[in-house]
Amino acid sequence: MPAFYERRQLVTPGDLLAEDDYVDGENTYKEDSKIYATRIGLVDFENRKIHVVALKAFYIPCVGDMVIGKVVEVGIGGWIVNIKAPYVAVLRASDVLDRPFKPQKNDLPSIFDVGDLIIAKIVAYDRTRDPLLSVQEPGLGKITRGQIIEITPTKIPRVIGRKGSMISMLKHETGCQISIGQNGLILVNGRTIEDERLAVMAIHKIEQEAHTSGLTDRVTEMIRKEKGGVGHASKDA
Amino acid sequence: MLQKMPKKLIDENGIRVDGRRLDELRPVKIEVGVLENADGSAYIEQGKGKILAAVYGPKEVHPKHLALPDRALLRCRYHMAPFSVEQRKSPAPSRREMELSKVVREALEPSIFVEYYPRTSIDLFIEVLQADGGTRCAGIIVASLALADAGIPMRDLVTACAAGKVEGRLVLDLTDIEDKGGEADVPLALLPNLNAVTLLQMDGMLTIDEFEHVVNLAFDGCKRLYQLQKEALKAKYVVAKEVVEE
Repeated sequence: MPAFYERRQLVTPGDLLAEDDYVDGENTYKEDSKIYATRIGLVDFENRKIHVVALKAFYIPCVGDMVIGKVVEVGIGGWIVNIKAPYVAVLRASDVLDRPFKPQKNDLPSIFDVGDLIIAKIVAYDRTRDPLLSVQEPGLGKITRGQIIEITPTKIPRVIGRKGSMISMLKHETGCQISIGQNGLILVNGRTIEDERLAVMAIHKIEQEAHTSGLTDRVTEMIRKEKGGVGHASKDA
Repeated sequence: MLQKMPKKLIDENGIRVDGRRLDELRPVKIEVGVLENADGSAYIEQGKGKILAAVYGPKEVHPKHLALPDRALLRCRYHMAPFSVEQRKSPAPSRREMELSKVVREALEPSIFVEYYPRTSIDLFIEVLQADGGTRCAGIIVASLALADAGIPMRDLVTACAAGKVEGRLVLDLTDIEDKGGEADVPLALLPNLNAVTLLQMDGMLTIDEFEHVVNLAFDGCKRLYQLQKEALKAKYVVAKEVVEE
């Protein structure tokens, strides 16, 4: 029943993490009742379950996820969207039009053209078929303004924070609208470029220091300091 | 301009032309994450050898008909730069490079969970910038690190090392001239934690006893290289961590 690593220790693929009655969690695998790591990351325990918080991974689609993607192809009944996953996603024309799609009437490139960025939700996905997107909800659709930041998808939970604490703090402090795509792309929409710059800087700080504790407080502090330095109205000044 | 072959490759004290003992590895320097544009990358300097590896994927397969319905397609290109050897090598893939691409792919495939990502491809590029013997082994080492750096789930890192026979003595980690002037060369690739061999080749002649000894020698070499591999992989992330914690 021994475990060979402590919490938050760095492991590489193939490291033996635990033996016997442990359960293999994320980024681990079990063979002959031994649990090994499959990715480089930090060890974490949850009772008997052992898992590795990956330091680098790519996005795997999941039903219900909000993602940000780029239209790469306009087909005859829909669009092909690159969502930075191993699979390209499909957005059907009938989903956007909300009525039967008629090729002779509707001009697809006028809705979304190649190169457009969209926010969408994954409505169907299994490994045998490419993920299917939908934009049938408020807040989804074409992105017309703002800045896009790309971070490692594994660090998205940290940007959101526990029960959304980090993201609500970010929105509140910077005054920006922030939409998070689970695939590692984040859209920042602010009133001024300065606000957006602040939010971008904060998100980069979160990405770099994702594994440290007390991060929310430090990011708050940084934003307030920066705001003061730029000459914005600050509560502390 | 031909390479000069020294009269003796091993002197009476058992010291080799480059000053190493019989069971000594060449000095190794490994770096992970050296390329910005690839999903994962690694670089190794082993003696005079310099090799770069880059990984893309998993991503959708092009051309589409090559996609496998039940697992990811691993594609590997081992390539030697025209300036990597003494006499300019044609950059077109040679017979030898095609063979090495195949054996390297087969050495790495068992380490990857290819069944997790059906209908995708993982593309691997191994570029030999300077060759000095043992490039297939060094290629496997960097390729495996590049795969780990790309965040592709793996059973274990793959490590590889060659051993052989030179002037009647069994030696570890042959250089180019030792390989050419020697009697036998045995490259071996290993998943160390699972104790599984994924590549074992032999070029030359050995008795059964010698073969067993050489394989054990290569095993030891692999174990030592594995530690260096792990350190190099961790180094990339530890540096980032320390900067943050001051």
